[in-house]
Amino acid sequence: MSTTPLRLKELSKKEDLLTGGHRLCSGCGAPIAVRQILLAAEVPLVAANATGCLEVSTSVYPYSAWKIPWIHTAFENAAATISGVEAMYKALKKKGKIKEKIKFIAFGGDGGTYDIGFQSLSGAMERGHDIVYICYDNGAYMNTGIQRSSATPLGANTTTSPAGSVVPGKLQPRKNLTKIMAAHGIPYVAQTTPAHWRDLMTKVRKALEVDGPAFINILASCNRGWRTPTDTAIQDSRLAVDTCFWPLYEYENGKLTINYKPKEKKPVVEFLKTQGRFKHLFSPENEHLLQKAQELVDKEWEALLREEAMWKAEEEKNSE
Amino acid sequence: MGKRIAITGNFAIAEAMRQINPDVCAAYPITPSTQIMEKFSTFVADGKVDTELVTVESEHSAMSACIGASAAGGRVMTATSSQGLALMWEMLHIASGMRLPVVMTLVNRALSAPINIHGDHSDGMGARDCGWIQLWSENAQEAYDNLIQAIRIAEHDDIRLPAMVCMDGFIISHSIESMEMLPDDVVRDFIGEFKPKHPLLDIENPVTYGPLVLPDYFMEFKRQQHEAMLHVKDVVLEVAKEFQKISGRSYGLFETYRLEDAELAIVVLNSAAGTCKDVIDEYRDKGVRVGLLKPRLFRPFPYEEVAEALSGAKVIAVLDRAESFGGFGPMFMEISAAMLTNGSKPLMINKIYGLGGRDFMPEHAAVVIDEMKEVAETGKVKILKDYLGVRE
Repeated sequence: MSTTPLRLKELSKKEDLLTGGHRLCSGCGAPIAVRQILLAAEVPLVAANATGCLEVSTSVYPYSAWKIPWIHTAFENAAATISGVEAMYKALKKKGKIKEKIKFIAFGGDGGTYDIGFQSLSGAMERGHDIVYICYDNGAYMNTGIQRSSATPLGANTTTSPAGSVVPGKLQPRKNLTKIMAAHGIPYVAQTTPAHWRDLMTKVRKALEVDGPAFINILASCNRGWRTPTDTAIQDSRLAVDTCFWPLYEYENGKLTINYKPKEKKPVVEFLKTQGRFKHLFSPENEHLLQKAQELVDKEWEALLREEAMWKAEEEKNSE
Repeated sequence: MGKRIAITGNFAIAEAMRQINPDVCAAYPITPSTQIMEKFSTFVADGKVDTELVTVESEHSAMSACIGASAAGGRVMTATSSQGLALMWEMLHIASGMRLPVVMTLVNRALSAPINIHGDHSDGMGARDCGWIQLWSENAQEAYDNLIQAIRIAEHDDIRLPAMVCMDGFIISHSIESMEMLPDDVVRDFIGEFKPKHPLLDIENPVTYGPLVLPDYFMEFKRQQHEAMLHVKDVVLEVAKEFQKISGRSYGLFETYRLEDAELAIVVLNSAAGTCKDVIDEYRDKGVRVGLLKPRLFRPFPYEEVAEALSGAKVIAVLDRAESFGGFGPMFMEISAAMLTNGSKPLMINKIYGLGGRDFMPEHAAVVIDEMKEVAETGKVKILKDYLGVRE
């Protein structure tokens, strides 16, 4: 089977496997990411979806936006559900009841992945199922109306971490799930955004190629929760990467590669200032939170650079 | 035809699972059902089955993986107890709502708190309204036979619902009994090949499982589930008839014991029924017309048939190994509903017994029969719901 080159001209000829007419908000990052994922795949996919925006908006009975086999069972268990589907595939393949090659993918938002679904995700990764888990991280429980999650950035105003006169939004930094997944020692882990479509699609192909579990964390903007206009999803994602708030990197069999290093790292306020959820941070009394946000970004970025340098040094040593 | 062996309830279930050889089995260990999956794991490790074993990290994931596997298009089994079933609770509704014929053994155990690992029926009764077929078993033989029949019932074209087979923790799961095991090929022929319906793995015909269904269609989904349940009684009897041909053992919707001319009737599930039968014999020898009804199919509950069988009784004592705090025991509520809708007006008493594995002894059955005698003579019920074998 020839692989479709990652060029827009060729890709545009492929069938969209998530149809239009679904009920996600205009300007939502999630379906952009999903369409890129489905376009990147060159093998038949079966998907599981955690409860969340993507699930409720694409499957309003009697319609379905999915042109691939798709299952939603509950909120916290997309990884366990797809484990079962994959196990049945193995069983039936072994018995010769299925001939074709099929790959398995799970979608969850940050709620279904970082929080309530964290245990089932960790379990599925440890068991080594041949599955790709995609988290579309929009940084809060957007489906239930913008409540804070462990992916919500420091200082963000959400409906359960409201910026008030005493408490200035979310007091905790976000959990670094991509690193936690890398610590599972699975063959492939990556972080990307739909603004970097070629990067995203390359990563999806790598994830689908490995024999075993893979995890991709995709920053997917939400104009309702981020308090941004409906036409800035791509710019916002780009700013997240250019400020190193959301670096593009991957772990292949444990080895880190940073896929993009901005020539000039923009200050994180560039990413924060376009979003209404951070508006209160720009009051003089919250300046320390802006400083803290910058420190968090710097710390993560520098750690990534150090880790990559370590891998490079090791490689050079081995090639000598 | 079969082979008579000495075996515990758990190992009998494991052997039945070996003979059934499901495509996928996803489970998480919990006392007292752990041995089922331990034994089954050795069958996997030794190549005696070709099941894909998914050793998940919780019972919630066990049932989630069972649902994914069943929707993918194959035969799926699991086993659990107590807290494990409670953790699955959310997913039990999803398995039945998606009409997936997953078959599970429930080794009955008390629910916490306080934590207790022994047998009572609070787990199974708590799952009463989850849309699963429930078959209850007095001993290892019945549990083994019920599990094999459950495959045929759950997968029947008119039903396609999940089913659980219940047996008492420790009392049955860990006691060695004499039991007849059917030959492997006989079981294999009896259950037949799994027939997938709208499998997820049919990539040529993509299906959407688990959509969002709003008020415009939701009730039609539930009405269809109810319709499927209405077919269960007939299928249970049809499968039992066929099972009798291969085993010589006959099963119905429930079992009756010396009930035909009984004035006093005990209704009790599972292992305590055996104890009651012995005591009933003693009272019969003394000329007391007492009998017993032991439900086998608890969901769906065969109200008409049960009421008909009990219609000659003047007094009925319903023994519940589970509480509904602030209500009657769950079995008492079913029997009351059955008798009322049948138009019979027996005097009824409810006894809560055996919670957390408290022994149910012959003298407890005797206390119940003596009380029924008194109620029959005086025409008066002193205490409607009471505890049996407890320190007050």
